[in-house]
Amino acid sequence: MNPRLEIVTIAAFVAAACALPGTFLVLRRVALMSDAISHSILPGIVIGFFLVGDRSHPLVIAGAALSGVLAVTLTEGLLKTRRVDKDAAIGLVFPVLFSIGVILITRYASGVHLDVDAVLLGELAFAPFNRATYFGLDLPVGIWVMGAILLLNVIAILLFYKELKLATFDPGLAAALGFAPTLIHYGLMTLVSVTAVGAFDHVGSILVVALMIAPPAAAYLLTNSLSRMLVISVVLGVLAAFGGYLVASWIDTSIAGAMATMSGVIFMITLLFAPEQGLIARKRLSRKRRERFAVEMLLVHLSRHENTATEAAENAMPHLTGELNWSPEFAGATVERAGQQGLIEKHGDQLRLTPKGRATAERVLMR
Amino acid sequence: MDVFQTLSLIVTDYTLRNVALGAGILGIVSGALSTFAVLRKQSLLGDAMSHAALPGVVLAFIITGQKTPLVLMLGALIAGWLGVVLVSVITSQTRVKYDSALGLVLAVFFGFGMMLLTWLQGQNIASQSGLDQYLFGRAAAIVEHDVQTMALLGVAVLALVAVFWKEFKLLSFNPDYAATLGFPVRAFDIALTTLIVAAVVLGLQMVGVVLMSAMLVAPAAAARQWTDRLGVMIVLSSLFGAVAGAGGAIISSTTTRLPTGPTIVLCISAIVLISLLFAPNRGIVWAWLRQQRNRAELQKAMLLEKVYQVSYLEGSPLQTHPLEELRTFMRGSQLERALEALKQDGYMHLDEDGRWGLTPSGVAQAEAILRERPRALARRPSPDGLRQEVVG
Repeated sequence: MNPRLEIVTIAAFVAAACALPGTFLVLRRVALMSDAISHSILPGIVIGFFLVGDRSHPLVIAGAALSGVLAVTLTEGLLKTRRVDKDAAIGLVFPVLFSIGVILITRYASGVHLDVDAVLLGELAFAPFNRATYFGLDLPVGIWVMGAILLLNVIAILLFYKELKLATFDPGLAAALGFAPTLIHYGLMTLVSVTAVGAFDHVGSILVVALMIAPPAAAYLLTNSLSRMLVISVVLGVLAAFGGYLVASWIDTSIAGAMATMSGVIFMITLLFAPEQGLIARKRLSRKRRERFAVEMLLVHLSRHENTATEAAENAMPHLTGELNWSPEFAGATVERAGQQGLIEKHGDQLRLTPKGRATAERVLMR
Repeated sequence: MDVFQTLSLIVTDYTLRNVALGAGILGIVSGALSTFAVLRKQSLLGDAMSHAALPGVVLAFIITGQKTPLVLMLGALIAGWLGVVLVSVITSQTRVKYDSALGLVLAVFFGFGMMLLTWLQGQNIASQSGLDQYLFGRAAAIVEHDVQTMALLGVAVLALVAVFWKEFKLLSFNPDYAATLGFPVRAFDIALTTLIVAAVVLGLQMVGVVLMSAMLVAPAAAARQWTDRLGVMIVLSSLFGAVAGAGGAIISSTTTRLPTGPTIVLCISAIVLISLLFAPNRGIVWAWLRQQRNRAELQKAMLLEKVYQVSYLEGSPLQTHPLEELRTFMRGSQLERALEALKQDGYMHLDEDGRWGLTPSGVAQAEAILRERPRALARRPSPDGLRQEVVG
């Protein structure tokens, strides 16, 4: 493989690995835990690095993931004292752990393969230089590590799909059926931690959050099915990785930053154009509803005054603006629409219901 | 360097004085605003805003080519504000929830900022150097002019808080009521958020965008433990912020290779920990002690009642019992402790044979306890050993 392809592969693996647990974070409304965890793994990584001297060592990854889980435990412990609320508990714990990490780096590790820039951005561009051979394949360590983590996430989610699904959508029932919600919660948090640690080398501490939240949030706007949401999240994440790589090599900037930006762009596009949940679709839907309601109002109005003494005055075009409080343009458009649907007929200024219109008005009134 | 030397340096050393002053101002302002953020359960809004400010800072530099604080602050303000608006649009218009929207804006904006910053660093523009100090803050770079700007902005923010005190108070505790009173809740909401962004901007140079979030949660979380009154809380919160800010900045400036932002964060977190543990009333330590004391009182009352019932059953309330017999009521050392405490109170006595019995005042006390619970008195075993069950 050439180095460019290797970088893209790692980026895609990172994005896919993040999107899988991210989907559950978004659905379970604990998205900000990814923020807390991705910051809190830093001291674990630094200490592990001091002890073992190799950031990709499985022991270092496990140790760092443990410090992510520690952050979750501390946050929940703090919450349990009932002295602070949930957001405050998160916001109190992770800055401490992150600060400890930054201080350790500046004091003891500055310049030795671990500096503050790497913490924030990762070093995806250098990933091909660090290689390892397993099964006779000479590939960058990043591919092995992220491939393994991606595989772990896929297997864990496939194995516990039913439990995760139930615990996410009906925690009460899950608990009643004996699914141990706490165990599922901590299992998920462990997956998030391991993924964050693996991704740390490539995209840094904070941008993991973008890859964990943005693709699932976009997928959430595109489907109602959990299995489809997982697949769409992964696809969108990988798209963000490709897009980010292209943008980064085009204007010569950090791949990680560009990936996070692209994941945001993808979310914004989805936010605007999603077929049902998108802003434009919702706007169109609410306009359609308003129009249909206006036509129904018109029909009811006409049917109320049909065959009465005041029919000539009430059921005339100019009267609608005053009676129904419509602007002349809106009244005109509504009459036009009702005419097109064959519900009313225009006789000069007078509006008359067709039999179909009369039937519709009655149905509306019966509703 | 000892404490006295440090103190004298604050007065004489130009840099140190600026650093301490600047961090103190930051602490006061962020402390005051964190009060509202924490009370409104929006503790992580500051986190999101501080990260979202980064692209604003970098873009402001790219557009104007200037690095003056005011220009960068304006950029941060616009970006942070845009982030808030985006969060509010996403949460109000779609089914994506607050936490996802906040995290998304935080990370994506920050990623965009980092992308711009990396691009800028590759452009070989000499004047861009130093922009990355806004990531973790570099207090040492602060000059007197910066402090003046910070002071000005800080006074403006605090003045606004004072002017709209009543409105912000109502907004924090009962926004629905405020809305029914006809207050423009949304406008004040935006105003408060804007002030938080302003505080973030203040903290950029000092602690940096990455750790500013802590300054917008921790002071108020600490102050909340000491009081139930908003006025007191905001003053305490500012005080804690100032102490942690100035203290952390001084420690990091006088120690080699100790970054400012993280040091300040650790200082304020220490204050939080102390407050959580030891604040009067709400302190976890006191609550634990109270719980222990209550448990001991409860056990004493229970033992007294049981001994009274058994003695009554055996003929006389003043009947004495060997220790072993009482073991059925309470296990292990708890029993000895409760007996000892009751003896101290004069409710029980130990005779020469090593038997425990109620004193007359103990009998009175037990009857008083039982009278407080009429049903228990009614269930008192009758002398002939039969239980008088209460009917109905």
